[in-house]
Amino acid sequence: MGWIKQIITTSIGKKSVMAVTGTGLIIFLFFHLVGNSMIFLGRDMFNAYAENLHRLDFAVKVFEIGLLILFLIHILFATLLFIENLGSRPQRYAVKKDTRRTWGSKTMPYTGATILVFLVVHLINFHFTDSNLTLSELVRSVLTQPYYAALYIICLLALALHISHGIWSLCQTLGINQPKYNKLLESGARSLSIAVGAVFILIPLLALFYSNFLL
Amino acid sequence: MKLINLIVKVWRQENETSSGSFQTLKSGPISTDMSFLEMLDVLNEKLAKVGKEPIAFDHDCREGICGMCGAVVNGHAHGPENETTLCQLHMRHFNDGDTLVIEPFRARAFKVVKDLVVDRSALDSIIAEGGYVSVNTGGAPDGNAVPIPQDTAEQALDASACIGCGACVAACPNASAMLFVGAKVSQYALLPQGQPESARRALDMVRKMDESGFGNCGNERECEAACPKGISIRNIARLNREFIKAAIISYEK
Repeated sequence: MGWIKQIITTSIGKKSVMAVTGTGLIIFLFFHLVGNSMIFLGRDMFNAYAENLHRLDFAVKVFEIGLLILFLIHILFATLLFIENLGSRPQRYAVKKDTRRTWGSKTMPYTGATILVFLVVHLINFHFTDSNLTLSELVRSVLTQPYYAALYIICLLALALHISHGIWSLCQTLGINQPKYNKLLESGARSLSIAVGAVFILIPLLALFYSNFLL
Repeated sequence: MKLINLIVKVWRQENETSSGSFQTLKSGPISTDMSFLEMLDVLNEKLAKVGKEPIAFDHDCREGICGMCGAVVNGHAHGPENETTLCQLHMRHFNDGDTLVIEPFRARAFKVVKDLVVDRSALDSIIAEGGYVSVNTGGAPDGNAVPIPQDTAEQALDASACIGCGACVAACPNASAMLFVGAKVSQYALLPQGQPESARRALDMVRKMDESGFGNCGNERECEAACPKGISIRNIARLNREFIKAAIISYEK
């Protein structure tokens, strides 16, 4: 087992762990997005989706635990990399100009921390709640409050920014970089992050401005 | 001959342990035909004439192929021109009255020796861990006896263009040396002669890189923009592949 520890503690090892757990989280995000999209098909469809999903009691539990582990590893390694990188240049430049960094890549640790805060709020709102409301009523009760809606929108923007760099970055870390598909990969990663952000953000926006939402 | 006057803010540091600060100097008339280092030569002559300590900076070939020179000029490693070393940067790219802020390459792994001179021996120690082929390859083979597609040979040559100047480290937000190591691993990974030791090489060089105090790559791409030889981050992806392959598939530990 010694060699696993040796590999995982190298810089590329740590980055690979980030990339693999990141892939898992993005796959989860995709399924979460598809599930949430049921909301656009009306209240009944949405509630039916929630009920059917929770009928798979055991499978849901297994996935929840898996997801929790993915999140914990991703956060642990991100924190480790962030702290290490803070010390990599003790004396900073007086003048430093950026050339190819993007908003996404520059803000990775901060958007990541924002997502973590969001995750806690989101779980308190929708998971660790003992109300007897149906899911559609629960969504209405939370997201029609302007403060919550605004918080959700800001955090979801951070999420979109995070994955705008994350999707391309995880491919690069895992060695997926060849000229024959690089353009497709970059534009695909960008459009995917915009699409994911837009669809998720549409939900609090509808709750906030469209009073018939989920009625 | 066009002459320009510049204000030069240059980092002065007595030695490794002193703290250092910026010194502001007036360049006097500088020919736009001069290179950046010649401009510093002119400044140094003036400083020497009045009995002041000249600005220490590294240089050797002055034709952009040795990798000895380098400083961060106005926030860009090797100055603002693409694919240009500091010695090949000409003063015609600056305007009369410009302020130049000149700093040494900064990284935990690069200690400032004096003024703009930094100790880049950390890069040498990475090379010493595997940046070579040590298996006995016999006598020189006949031309074309070792089949290598032209395209692959080109990629290996592109990787081998790395002059080890350290600009990638200087430009990286995390002071990572991944572009350097990527280029050095790639030039062998692409060719048959490099294959017997490829797993050992990738593992050893990456470990040495981590030990030397470089940061972790964040895929920010600043390195390839700063590289005077235009080395692509494809080489970092290849290093990642080589490392993951060595870690998971090879028998090497």
